[in-house]
Amino acid sequence: MATYEMTAPLCDEDVKKLKAGDVVKLTGTIYTARDAAHKRLCDMLDNGEELPFELKGAVIYYVGPSPAPEGRPIGSAGPTTSYRMDSYAPRLHSLGVKATIGKGKRSAEVRKAMEEYVGVYFGATGGAGALLSQCIDEAEVIAFDDLGPEAIRKLTVTNFPLLVVNDCHGNEQYAKPNFDF
Amino acid sequence: MRTIKAETIHDAVVNLVLTAARYLPEDVKQAIADARENEDSASAREILGQLLENAELAATSGLPLCQDTGVGIFFVELGDQVHVEGNIIDIINNAMVEGYEKGLLRKSLCHPLTRANTGDNSPAVVHVDIVPGDKIHIKHMAKGGGSENMSRCTMLTPAQGWEGIKEFVVRRMAEAGPNPCPPTIVGVGIGGTFDLAPSLAKKALFRPLSEPNPDPELAKMEEELLEEINKLGIGPMGLGGKTTSLGVKIEMRPCHIASLPLAVNVQCHSSRIKEVEI
Repeated sequence: MATYEMTAPLCDEDVKKLKAGDVVKLTGTIYTARDAAHKRLCDMLDNGEELPFELKGAVIYYVGPSPAPEGRPIGSAGPTTSYRMDSYAPRLHSLGVKATIGKGKRSAEVRKAMEEYVGVYFGATGGAGALLSQCIDEAEVIAFDDLGPEAIRKLTVTNFPLLVVNDCHGNEQYAKPNFDF
Repeated sequence: MRTIKAETIHDAVVNLVLTAARYLPEDVKQAIADARENEDSASAREILGQLLENAELAATSGLPLCQDTGVGIFFVELGDQVHVEGNIIDIINNAMVEGYEKGLLRKSLCHPLTRANTGDNSPAVVHVDIVPGDKIHIKHMAKGGGSENMSRCTMLTPAQGWEGIKEFVVRRMAEAGPNPCPPTIVGVGIGGTFDLAPSLAKKALFRPLSEPNPDPELAKMEEELLEEINKLGIGPMGLGGKTTSLGVKIEMRPCHIASLPLAVNVQCHSSRIKEVEI
């Protein structure tokens, strides 16, 4: 298992070298979006409208941060559970999104889309929102301000700690429960 | 009758909201520290270490432990010798709103269909029980959505009994896997009715990890369930390890002769609970 320092937006070459279990320290620009923002993004795509950020190479962070205290760009900002975005993720990967950041399992459809379109799913530590917020240097709402915590924010991050949960080669890092389903 | 001013309750509830969001209870911190010592896997130790670091940072920086500062849930035991100057549910809701605003806590409630945010984290979920005495006991939980989504309720047949309960609870936690931010705390409600079992399961989560069930039979069942859940090997954040759950807490009450209601309320490791007696 390797550790990489990478800069977002990402390209296919970045994603291809990542294997499940690798650690990535991510620096650069990423975008927040969760449930309601995903619905609006996909509605905009249906209507042929221009999206508020460039999907090609994009890293989407599933997070709804708490309000920023004075002197900080953002409040606590850890990942939310990813499966709720599974119905939107394959389409976004097909349009160039390279990575998503969240916690919890992804559907077979999302895993297939990551193989087909060269994407990666990163896990960040859930419930460590205060700690993770220390890696966020800037935050700016760029769309859907009315959604409050669900608005889309452009984040500038430095050495944001991530684990490759699903790589583009079909591997997954989560432990298989010892249970006979 | 003892008269309690609305303001007294209001101030106490604002304080509950502000402290629950930032200070991880000592028993939870201790359980995470113990789990870290007990883990062999490097990733499990690393994650549990991060959780302790996060708790420390939240306490010192004033940032909430988790960005999901949850639904404001309150269980109130209202003494029958108490006269409250005002409507206790409104007082608690207003204080909760003030606490979330003041504490820079995330407003996480929305219209179920339009998904428009209510803007102030209202309404609070308030359960009131009337008990003997002249005091008010308020228990507050800031409940995150990720773990709540992994919770389930079912109506077993009486024939399924303890084996059926065990199967359902362990299967639920196996299916939930990494989603509810393990290591979790598992609240189990047994008995009551379709509506009461989940409420029992939630109430169970208020008992500190360090306190086993006062009923020795239930205490044994809690231990057995915890052992079975930890055998799943899901581990911290689902990356494998011995610690899938930190504890199992059961609340039980009689049910109909035809039924065996069962509910599992999953709590993430960031168990934000706090209580006050007035």
